Amino acid sequence: MNCEEATKLMDGYLDGELDPITSQTIEQHLRDCRNCEQAYEANGALIRAVGSAIPYYKAPAELRERIQSSLREEIAERPTRNVARDAQPPFPRRQSEPRTILLGTPWNWLGLAAAIIFAAIVALNLMPRLQRPGADQFLATQLIASHVRSLMANHLTDVASSDQHTVKPWLDAKLDFAPAVVDLSSEGFPLVGGRLDYLDNRSVAALVYQRRKHFINLFVWPAESNATGATKAITHQGYQLLHWADPDFNYWAVSDVNDKDLQAFKQLFEERIARH
Amino acid sequence: MAAPLKADYAFDTEDLESSAKIVKFVILKKHQEQDAAQEHELASFEEIMLPHMDAAHNLAKWLLRNEEDAQDVVQEAYLRAFKSFAGFHGSNGRAWLLTIVRNTSYTLLKKNRVVDLTTTFDEEIHASGHESVNPVTILEHSEDAELIREAMDELPAEFREILTLRHQEGLSYKEIANIAQIPPGTVMSRLARARAKLKEYLAARIGKEK
Repeated sequence: MNCEEATKLMDGYLDGELDPITSQTIEQHLRDCRNCEQAYEANGALIRAVGSAIPYYKAPAELRERIQSSLREEIAERPTRNVARDAQPPFPRRQSEPRTILLGTPWNWLGLAAAIIFAAIVALNLMPRLQRPGADQFLATQLIASHVRSLMANHLTDVASSDQHTVKPWLDAKLDFAPAVVDLSSEGFPLVGGRLDYLDNRSVAALVYQRRKHFINLFVWPAESNATGATKAITHQGYQLLHWADPDFNYWAVSDVNDKDLQAFKQLFEERIARH
Repeated sequence: MAAPLKADYAFDTEDLESSAKIVKFVILKKHQEQDAAQEHELASFEEIMLPHMDAAHNLAKWLLRNEEDAQDVVQEAYLRAFKSFAGFHGSNGRAWLLTIVRNTSYTLLKKNRVVDLTTTFDEEIHASGHESVNPVTILEHSEDAELIREAMDELPAEFREILTLRHQEGLSYKEIANIAQIPPGTVMSRLARARAKLKEYLAARIGKEK
């Protein structure tokens, strides 16, 4: 990367809005180039100053009152209510109308109102149960959060190496279990490195693989029972999650690659492990 | 024969009166329900939107540079937001409100014929010899809040806006793109231009002070 390119991308880098690979290239350039590094520091200082030194104009208390009372006025002026209030009551002055309508109308209304209230009660009772995310859903959210965090600059790997014999001992030393680590470069899923992560109340291993320009985080932790669970595929917030288990470990692969690629990755990974 | 007839009649009147009462009751009930529904809508609107009043006021103040206008715009924006609250299904109330504040502010700016909306104007008038700003000088003065505030106030509206959204609200490029209604790819380059301009104005002010 040259200075011109670095300058162009500097602001995105300062804002943490670049992809991890570009961020790394910029970091490399900043280490090598005194001028750009100085410009980076000056920009950083300026940004911090704008963030903290310039005044943040809080709303005065009277504005809040003004807004609240204007909202109430707005409600009072709403035409629907005025029409209803000014409208003649829909019962006849003369008693010549058939009684059935007189009696029918209000009871239908009350019936409708009762039905609505009943539906609301049922809905209120059912809703929390429906909305409460399942354990999987909760874990999926955690997994995606870990995945996204890992893609922010510099957090992708703790040990960056495409060599499984470097990544595995590093992870083994940090964890109370020894996950299998395999490199799948020849199949188009090169190993990028490994990382420690914390999920589901325990330390887990995160193996990082690359698929073209996308990253796959493979989270591994010991299986609780010996049961080999069925493969489970979840799509959540645009990410693909794939879960499987062997007698020793739980696996969760998270990525933004398509479902087919992730399935292929899983298959290759399992085949390779079986050969080990 | 007379007595039963009378009784029948009495029953009829009473019945009609009572059904009229029921109708009245139901109408009253309906009004109460309507009121309750509106109260409920207002309550949930206030719960979601009032916490963002500082953000709204801050953006309006930076855009309009005038306290009275800023308050009017925020009030107007809240009313507009409330009127279209039924159409709001998102989760990001702040971004939604800020979009409305921004649009309301620009309407006022245009009405007042304030012509600092675009950079072209600004660059013609303010073309100066401070293009190459010494980073060390910037570093030395980055603590000087007053100096930075003055320099920022001089920037065109679209630059004040993007700097506020990014550095005071901490919004992502995507959120900024939505609020400022520009393509996401433009956010980075506009921020870069805004910061460069800010540095330039700072340098000019530092130069004047010396």
